[in-house]
Amino acid sequence: MKVVVDMDVCKDHGQCVFSAPEVFQINENGRLVYVAEPDESLRDAVEEAADVCPLQAITIED
Amino acid sequence: MSRRILIAGASMGGLRAAERLRASGFMGEIVAVGDEIHMPYNRPPLSKEALASEVTHEAVAFRLRPAVADVTWRLGVPIASADLAAGAVRLADGAELAYDGLVVATGMRPRRLPTPGPARGRHVVRTIEDARTLRGELGPGARVLVIGAGFIGCEVAATARILGADVTVVAPEAVPMRRPLGDDLGAALQRRHEARGVRFLLGRTVAAFFGEGRVAGAELSDGTRLDADVVVEAVGSASNTEWLDGNGLDLSDGVLCDNALRVEGRSGVVAVGDVARFPNPRYDDVARRVEHWSIPTDTAKRAAVTLLADLGLGAPEPAPFAPLPTFWSDQYDLRIQSFGAPALGADDIRVLDGDLDGEVVVGYHDGGALVGVVLIGLPSAVARYRAELMRAPVAA
Ligand SMILES: Cc1cc2nc3c(=O)[nH]c(=O)nc-3n(C[C@H](O)[C@H](O)[C@H](O)COP(=O)(O)OP(=O)(O)OC[C@H]3O[C@@H](n4cnc5c(N)ncnc54)[C@H](O)[C@@H]3O)c2cc1C
Repeated sequence: MKVVVDMDVCKDHGQCVFSAPEVFQINENGRLVYVAEPDESLRDAVEEAADVCPLQAITIED
Repeated sequence: MSRRILIAGASMGGLRAAERLRASGFMGEIVAVGDEIHMPYNRPPLSKEALASEVTHEAVAFRLRPAVADVTWRLGVPIASADLAAGAVRLADGAELAYDGLVVATGMRPRRLPTPGPARGRHVVRTIEDARTLRGELGPGARVLVIGAGFIGCEVAATARILGADVTVVAPEAVPMRRPLGDDLGAALQRRHEARGVRFLLGRTVAAFFGEGRVAGAELSDGTRLDADVVVEAVGSASNTEWLDGNGLDLSDGVLCDNALRVEGRSGVVAVGDVARFPNPRYDDVARRVEHWSIPTDTAKRAAVTLLADLGLGAPEPAPFAPLPTFWSDQYDLRIQSFGAPALGADDIRVLDGDLDGEVVVGYHDGGALVGVVLIGLPSAVARYRAELMRAPVAA
């Protein structure tokens, strides 16, 4: 699975972190960092993360 | 025989309901009816970044997952009435639609001021069209009068300032966003707005609007006369439930549901989003509506399971539904985030971290227990406080 976060749109709300902590994290500077190719087993969690992103900045490409 | 689920309202709650019905294994027909002409879109940017730049459907549209590709969208036509006993709705164009299951997702509309005076130049912000019309009138030097000092009023005030407008906020409360933030945090945010040039005239209401054919200003309850080119009414919202009249439902504030989002004892009818009034056992047994963006997603997940169980197409979920309410607001470069239920801890508010004029964490307590947290900034503290709120036991 390939995850893309549009970093021009992302405003570091961090809601995705609660849905998929294995994939998304807020670093010590308050900025979002993420795993671009997480394991397929995390698909449900990543889809939920995409749903709850206030800026709708997360896309799952296949 | 294939079953049909009808979704009333084609916005965020309606879309999430369709997604969750499919995710929960429903293979039958899904028809979503919406009175707006647009496919579901995201409202929060309409008072923030979209209003500050350009208001297009493309910029705010929700992505459609492949799983909902076969949903039928009937857009631009309101549902006029429903007959729950018969399992059918009638659309404003006269069409009748029968259903096996119904999802109520018709949300809210802005309340309008009954104040006399010209109507032109008076705006609300709920839809793309609202925001686009307002955007066209905001610009450097425009005199903008925002009525109401809740979140949407304050967001519009901030965006109008960013666009160079001259902004005054009028509201009956003593401080902006008083409910649910409380006096001290509300006052601190007022100072931030004032530092950026917004003027507040609080403890006052509008008595009348004046102007020839178009609003040119307002007269306030204390006699103050204010000239204005643009008025924005941000004075709360009303539930879109008239189409459910005549079915014996409690529609006094949204639509009353049980904890599983089933409309009061009506098998096969559920509600989601802003319009759903449900008890949250995380706090108490009082049914409340929650106008937070997180709620359509949370309620749709649960309502889909409830509805499919009612239709004999799945198992009910035994665990109580106890979402953690989550809210945010962006004003200038300020990120306000709220978790839990600050309004329930309004009598015992404490600064937990930072200070009110900088980055801060404010805690709201009930009987000594933390029930809500509001943060300004401090992104790295969010996880810790959210976890603390999630730890509190939920009554079964
Ligand atoms: C300007 C603005 C800014 C916001 N900012 C934030 C924010 O920063 N943070 C936050 O947490 N929340 C925010 N919110 C709240 C959030 O957007 C709502 O909670 C969310 O939109 C609720 O979705 P919903 O689907 O329940 O209702 P709605 O989005 O209201 O959708 C209901 C839909 O049903 C349609 N409808 C109504 N009656 C009928 C009928 N009879 N027949 C057919 N269709 C009908 C309506 O036209 C609408 O399309 C904001 C809201 C607004 C308006």
